[in-house]
Amino acid sequence: MGQSLWFASRGTGLVTALLLTATTVLGAIHAGRVTSARWPRFTLHAVHRNLSLLTLVFLAVHVASAIIDPYAGIAWLDVVVPFVSTYHPFWLGMGAVAFDLILAVVVTSLLRRRIGLWWWRAVHLSAYALWPVAMLHGVGIGGADTRLGWVLALYLACAAAVLVAVVRRLLVRDPDRDARRRAWTS
Amino acid sequence: MDIVSATAGDATTTTPYRMRLLAGWADTGTTAGLAEHHRRYAPLPPAAFAGRGGPARLIGLVESSGLRGRGGGGFPTARKLAAVAAGRGPRTVVANGCEGDPAGAKDRVLMELAPHLVIDGILLAAHAVGAAEAVLCVHEDSSAIPVLAAALRERGATRTPIRIVEVTRRYVASEETALVSVLDRGDARPRGRFPRPTERGVRSRPTLVDNVETLAHLALIARYGDAWFRAAGTDDSPGTTLVTVGGAVNDPGVYEIELGLPIGAILQVAGGPLVPVQAVLLGGLGGTWLGPEFVRTPLSHAGCRTAGAALGIAAVIALPAAACGIAETARVLRFLADESAGQCGPCMFGLPAIADDMDELALMPDHAGRVAARLRSRLAVIPGRGACAHPDGAVRLAASALHVFADDVAGHAEGGPCRWVGQPSWMPVPAPAGRRR
Amino acid sequence: MSRTPLRLRVEPITCHAHGICRELLPELIRLDEWGYPVLDDHPVPAALLAPARVAVRSCPSLALRLDRMA
Repeated sequence: MGQSLWFASRGTGLVTALLLTATTVLGAIHAGRVTSARWPRFTLHAVHRNLSLLTLVFLAVHVASAIIDPYAGIAWLDVVVPFVSTYHPFWLGMGAVAFDLILAVVVTSLLRRRIGLWWWRAVHLSAYALWPVAMLHGVGIGGADTRLGWVLALYLACAAAVLVAVVRRLLVRDPDRDARRRAWTS
Repeated sequence: MDIVSATAGDATTTTPYRMRLLAGWADTGTTAGLAEHHRRYAPLPPAAFAGRGGPARLIGLVESSGLRGRGGGGFPTARKLAAVAAGRGPRTVVANGCEGDPAGAKDRVLMELAPHLVIDGILLAAHAVGAAEAVLCVHEDSSAIPVLAAALRERGATRTPIRIVEVTRRYVASEETALVSVLDRGDARPRGRFPRPTERGVRSRPTLVDNVETLAHLALIARYGDAWFRAAGTDDSPGTTLVTVGGAVNDPGVYEIELGLPIGAILQVAGGPLVPVQAVLLGGLGGTWLGPEFVRTPLSHAGCRTAGAALGIAAVIALPAAACGIAETARVLRFLADESAGQCGPCMFGLPAIADDMDELALMPDHAGRVAARLRSRLAVIPGRGACAHPDGAVRLAASALHVFADDVAGHAEGGPCRWVGQPSWMPVPAPAGRRR
Repeated sequence: MSRTPLRLRVEPITCHAHGICRELLPELIRLDEWGYPVLDDHPVPAALLAPARVAVRSCPSLALRLDRMA
């Protein structure tokens, strides 16, 4: 087997980063109420949801291969409890934080009807913190990988995409929200 | 506003006018203290409704009296009482004295002149439904508050504790789910039509929300019985009612009349028209315009329904023949749009849109036909889509204006802008310049 | 599955005019000029029950419901 598990972990980690970025970007676009004939909002939402589930699959392989591979001595506990590992405690800890947040976002989305919109929204908004934390984990722990030109370019492209989507979301006007804000003054 | 009561002098079609709620008080115009209250009405007969079957007997009496709510909906009071009485767990009575509609003043007048009658009604309702607490909701800064507070002090400890809660002075704040919401979380906005407060009201408990006039009638029914109550009024709307008469009459004010009295006679009760009257706005600001046929329209639920209107809060505003009904309606619509709680899309966007349309009809006659068509299509799409009936009332007002003032619409389409714009309004709404925001 | 007729209802306070229900179910839902759904009171035809359920599930505000008709 040799190093194959370790390579698998690094590779799936990078793919997870790409998928997470795509999910985040689509989520921000969706929340920003973009509609077009070719991309109706329900399509956007369906892709957002399916990409997030695909992210989970790659994340599972990424985590499992990193643990099973004996090279770094990562324990199962290190996956969910941040900053306790012997291997790069800080950068791996960032990964653990991101992992916990992803689980929280996914679980609350599955239980959205049960827990109500307020809690769902509160947790779902943490995705905007989750994304940079996950990316920092990748950049920091990636070591030599991160110094590869194409990997660096990929990270920069991801950052640009999320930045554009989030700024767009903040700038977009929502008549419903505006009307609600000004209506009741008593 | 003058507090005047009178007899229905010229009323030709009904039995002699009776005063019940305001009997005596209105002559002096001063508040009735407890001693005076007892002298006029005698203390409540406690024995009649005591014991295990007492509350059920009281509800049965209310049912056979045919009493219907006086807060606007006209719902049979006994049905509400029975629904709350059948609920589980501790129950609450909320007496609604907020009167959010500026067209009405009857609740304030009643609470100021006969506070003990309202308190009797609250205690009886609490007894009927088995409530352990009662709340009396009144608009903040209302002149009725010190009167009610004094009356409650005079009573000492009541069987069911009653506390007064002041509610923000907004149109929709007197809607029943808004009252439940303000008591639960201090937010005086309607919460939606289901579940009803009779099932899940204050603290999610079964809650009776009744208008203060309804409760005052209840206090009289408990004393004098169902047959006595039915001796006035009509089959479908028994008893007397308080009406607020405003607009172009000689003595605007609050009067007690027998239900079924034609609206023409009601204007006579209020001193008669000041000038020739072309129409009346019936039922409150979110009410219905009635053309000249109002003179013979009986003020009862069935009579109003036949005329295509609703009794609502029994307010009547007389509009002079010289005034422009379209311009007046536009002013009221602007007020109603500003009073939207801003929770439901069709209301927070729809009401300003129809107010704009009505403004345009009065001001820009060039394309009146197009504006009227757009307004009609909007009126068709808004009703029934809010959490409360506020948008429905605004639509009812606008639709009836297009119908009753069709000549004005046509006239605007021919001539220049409305001559009445800029004139003082006959409608009891704040002047546009003084609006919030 | 029960045979009780079902109808679509929207919670007016919760609805924030996302308009996704209309994209998914144009047969039964149209939008007013401000983007809020206009529903009729008729029962949902059996053939449209599946897309109606998808529309209910997809409402970002959880404002759309399928209710038993009284």
